[in-house]
Amino acid sequence: MEKLSTLSGMTNSLQRIASILMKELRQLSRDRATFAMIVIIPLIELLLFGFAINTDVREIPVTAVDNSRTYFSRALMDALEATQVIRIVRQDARPQGAEEALKSGKVRAALIIPSDFIQRLNDGRTGAQWLIDGSDPMISSAILKLQTMPFRATAGIQPESSGALFKIVLYYNPEQRSVVNIVPGLVGVILTMTMIMFTSAALVRERERGNLELLIATPVHPIELMIGKIIPYIFVGFIQTGIIMSLGHLIFDVPFVGSIIQMLLATMLFISASLTLGLIISTIAETQLQASQMTIFILLPSILLSGFMFPFEGMPIAAQWLSELLPATHYMRLMRGIILRGAELQGMTTDAVYLGAFTIGGLVVAAKRFKKSLD
Amino acid sequence: MSRQAISAKGLTRCFGDFMAVDHLNLNIEEKTIFGFLGPNGSGKSTTLRMLTGLLTPSQGDVRVLGLEIPKESEALRQRLGYMTQKFSLYDDLSVEENLKFMAQIFNLPGREVNKRIDSQLTTYGLDQRRKRMTGSLSGGQRQRLALAAATLHKPELLLLDEPTSAVDPQNRRDFWETLFDLCDQGVTILVSTHYMDEAERCHSLAILEGGIKQAEGSPKQLMADMQARVLEVDGTELRLVREALTARPEILSSAQQGARLRVLITNTISEPEVWLRSQWPEEMKDRTIERVRPSLEDVFVHCTQQRRQ
Repeated sequence: MEKLSTLSGMTNSLQRIASILMKELRQLSRDRATFAMIVIIPLIELLLFGFAINTDVREIPVTAVDNSRTYFSRALMDALEATQVIRIVRQDARPQGAEEALKSGKVRAALIIPSDFIQRLNDGRTGAQWLIDGSDPMISSAILKLQTMPFRATAGIQPESSGALFKIVLYYNPEQRSVVNIVPGLVGVILTMTMIMFTSAALVRERERGNLELLIATPVHPIELMIGKIIPYIFVGFIQTGIIMSLGHLIFDVPFVGSIIQMLLATMLFISASLTLGLIISTIAETQLQASQMTIFILLPSILLSGFMFPFEGMPIAAQWLSELLPATHYMRLMRGIILRGAELQGMTTDAVYLGAFTIGGLVVAAKRFKKSLD
Repeated sequence: MSRQAISAKGLTRCFGDFMAVDHLNLNIEEKTIFGFLGPNGSGKSTTLRMLTGLLTPSQGDVRVLGLEIPKESEALRQRLGYMTQKFSLYDDLSVEENLKFMAQIFNLPGREVNKRIDSQLTTYGLDQRRKRMTGSLSGGQRQRLALAAATLHKPELLLLDEPTSAVDPQNRRDFWETLFDLCDQGVTILVSTHYMDEAERCHSLAILEGGIKQAEGSPKQLMADMQARVLEVDGTELRLVREALTARPEILSSAQQGARLRVLITNTISEPEVWLRSQWPEEMKDRTIERVRPSLEDVFVHCTQQRRQ
C-alpha cells in the first residue's frame, strides 16, 4: 500500500514535470526574439571573437624530466625559473609521465633534459627539449622566447655560438592559431550567457506576470517546477554547443582530437551548473531586468577571468581564486583538454567534480530559497 | 447546524509596521457564498492569501476545510480553487492549452482530462475559442477562463479575489449565475469585491476597512441594522447644499446621485427631516426631503466613514 502510493506519487510528479516541460517548449517556440537569440548569439560572437582576439605571461606551470641529474641540469632549471616565465610545479621520472600531465592540463609544458645533457652542450648540439601545449598561443610563444636565454656562458660552457639550447616540440596546435584555443572557450562563454539568462528570466517572468501566485497555489512542488523549467534549456544549450563546434570546425578548422561523448558529458555538467546558477538568480531577482543585470555580473568575470581571453597563468593570484569559483573556468579547461588535447574527464576530475557539486549545491539553495509562499 | 468551511480566530498579518489584517475572526458556513467587501488596501487580498496558505499569518489560528493552515496547506491545494486578482494564466498559451496545463498540474487522470476540459469549455462558453491565444481574449472571456481553470479539479472551496474588476455588467451577471450553480453543487465560495451589486448577491458578507471587520451579516440584515437614516433631498444646486451639510458631525455622509442628494444622518436624531429643515432653513427651502431605504452602499459608507472620523 505504502509502495503503491509512492509509485503513484512518482507518476504524478513526472506528469507535472512533463506538463511544465511542454508548456515551456510551447512558450519558447512562440517567443521569437528568444528563439532568434539562441541561434544569433553564438553566430555573431563566434565570428567576433574568432577573428578579433589576441596578449605577457608569467609562471606557466611546467614539469621537468631530469635524466641528467647533474649540477648543470639543476642550473638550467634554476635559470629557467629565474626568468619567471615558468614555474616547475612537478618532476616526472619519465617523459611519458610528463606527456600525461600535459594532456590532462596539469602543466602547460614539459622540459626534458637528456642524460647526455653536458655532452650535448659541449658538442654544440641542442641541449634539452621542450614539449609545449600549443593550444594557447600566448603560452607557447612565451616559452618559445626562452630559446634565446643565455645559458652556456653563465654555466661556463664553450662554445656559446653553436647549436640551439632547446629543441621545441609543439603539441596540439602546431600552427599557433589563436582561434583553435578561442572556439572551445567560446562555448563556455555563450552557454554562461544564454543558460543563466534564460532560466533566470523564465521564473522571474512568471512572477512578474502573476502566473506564479497561481502556480504556488497548486500542488506543484518547487523542485518539480525547477526541473520542468530547466530541462528545455538543456536542449537549447546542446544546440548552441553544436552550432559553435561544427562551425568552428568548418570555418576555422579547429581540430577535434578528443571524444564527442566526453565533450557532451562535460557540456552537460556545465549546462546544469549554469542553469542552477540561473535558478538561484531567479529566486533573488524581482524583475526580468534585474535578472539580466545579475547575469551580466556573472558573465563578465566568466569572459575575463576564466582563461577565455587571457591565460589563467597570467592573472594575479586573487583573480585566480575568484575564477576558480566560476563554473566557466572549469568548463573551459575541460573543453580545451578534450577537444584540443584529447584528454578525458577521468584525467581532469577536479574540474568535473566541481561542476557536479556546484549543480547539486545550487539546486538545494534554489529550492530552499524558492518557498511556496508570498511572504 | 451546518459545518464551517473556514474558521479563523485573531487572524493578523503585519508588513513591517503596517497592520494589513488586524485580529480578524471569521466563520464561513459550507455551501454558501461569502463576500469580503472593502475599499482597496482594506486587507481583502491579504486575508484570502492567508486562507490559502500563500501568506503566513503573523498571529491567529486558521482552519480551512478542517485543515490547519498554513501547516497543512499542501493538503488543501487539491481541494481548493483560487482565482487571483490579476489574471494569472499564460497569455501565450491557447485556451485549451492553459486548461490542459492546469489539469496536469492537478493530476487529473489522463482519460478524464479531455472530457472535463470539454465540459468546462461548454459551461463557461469558451468552446468556440478553444484554439484562441489567451492574450487575445476579452476581459469577460479571460475571467470565464480563469474560473474554468480554478474549478477544473472540482474544488470544495473557491476563493475569488476581485473576480470581476475587469468585466462589464452583463458578463458580471453571467459570472454570478455560474457562481450560484457552483454553490448549488456544494462548493463554498469566498469572494472579495468592492462592487456593491456583487456584494449584495452574497449569502453573507463582512465589511473590511483598514484590516478590521466593521460589520458582518447578510446584506439584508446589514441594511436593516444600520445605525443611520437615509434621506434624499431633491432640487437644483445640490453641490452648494452638500457643502453646507458636510461640516456637521451628525451628517455621516452625503453624495449626489443625479438630481438628488443622498444624506446619511446618525440615528441619534429622531426626526431627521425636521432636523434638516430647522438646521438649514435657507438651503432646504422649496425642496422635498424623503426618507428612503438604506442600500448596501449606505451601509458600506457608514461603516467605513465612522472609522475615518
